[in-house]
Amino acid sequence: MSALGELAPYALLILVGFLPNEVWRMLGVVLARGLDEDSQVIVFARAAATAILTGVVGKLVIFAPGALASVSVTVRLGATALGLVAYLLARRSVLAGVVAATLAMMAGMLVFGGT
Amino acid sequence: MSSSSVALPYGSGFLGGLRGGATSIYMVVVVGSYISIGALGHDLGFPLAWTALTTLLVWAAPAQVILISALGASAAPLEVALAVGLSSMRLLPMVVSLLPLVRTRKTRTRDVLVTAHFTSISMWIEALRFLPRVPRDKRIGFANGIGACLMAAATAATIAGYHLAQTLPGLLVAGLLFLSPMSFLMSAVRNARVTADWVALVAGLVLAPLLAWRGVGLDLMWTGIVGGVLAFAAQRLREALQNKVWR
Repeated sequence: MSALGELAPYALLILVGFLPNEVWRMLGVVLARGLDEDSQVIVFARAAATAILTGVVGKLVIFAPGALASVSVTVRLGATALGLVAYLLARRSVLAGVVAATLAMMAGMLVFGGT
Repeated sequence: MSSSSVALPYGSGFLGGLRGGATSIYMVVVVGSYISIGALGHDLGFPLAWTALTTLLVWAAPAQVILISALGASAAPLEVALAVGLSSMRLLPMVVSLLPLVRTRKTRTRDVLVTAHFTSISMWIEALRFLPRVPRDKRIGFANGIGACLMAAATAATIAGYHLAQTLPGLLVAGLLFLSPMSFLMSAVRNARVTADWVALVAGLVLAPLLAWRGVGLDLMWTGIVGGVLAFAAQRLREALQNKVWR
């Protein structure tokens, strides 16, 4: 039982972690077959992926998980806006934007409270 | 693309991809996010090897957070599998839009399986940015190089986070958690070129929180479908109008 007990988490990892995740990648491989780079399907897939990507951002900023939840939504939105301004001021530097937003969020957490 | 003659700052092929990944902002982002995932695995009592394996096998941070926290809370396996699967739907359009960029006529399906496994938000963003400058026959290697580099760093960070779990202050953990959404947002803004990109970007930002707030199930799937259709339609409209003006 104990050997089985030690292996059980690994079996679970494959069954409920790896497989339900990897199935989308493999489905993507199948669907991408025979599509060429300029296909309209690619234009749509790219747009859908971009919308989901910024959708994840929107959800994370507004309904923050874990340690981020201890900062108010105003601080999180303000830090995001500051980051975008820094990104533009630094001539479209992603690094500058990310650093500015993160520091602003942490400063807001210190000033307005949090864990 | 006829830009394959333009030299890439990093060289091409797998080594070029490794270097592209190592100098990417996503190095910092991935390390930061995976430190928090390692810490989560530790806090919920999973073995170190198991926690690190989730990074190698799943390679999708949101799915890993769901997997670790749900199993840690002894949720029903079927429920966990469903939640993980729903959170990873975005991988489908990412793989579909990436693979046609790396394939040549001689590429077999099995040649791109590794590339598909390496596909994650960070790798997808960086691959789409670099690949147009990489000669076509070197692109699979290049994309795999970016993926391998980021995944190796993420695995090391998972292990580090597992060991650091008890010493990380809340302020730092919050800062690390904020790195991913901010880098995704800035990259999406930087990589937006055509009308479709901008419409999709804004639609995603607005739709997903709105749908989640209204309690609509599968909010990200609907965001992808509706945002994708809006962006696609806007692009076609724009092109139709431009053609009219030019003729």
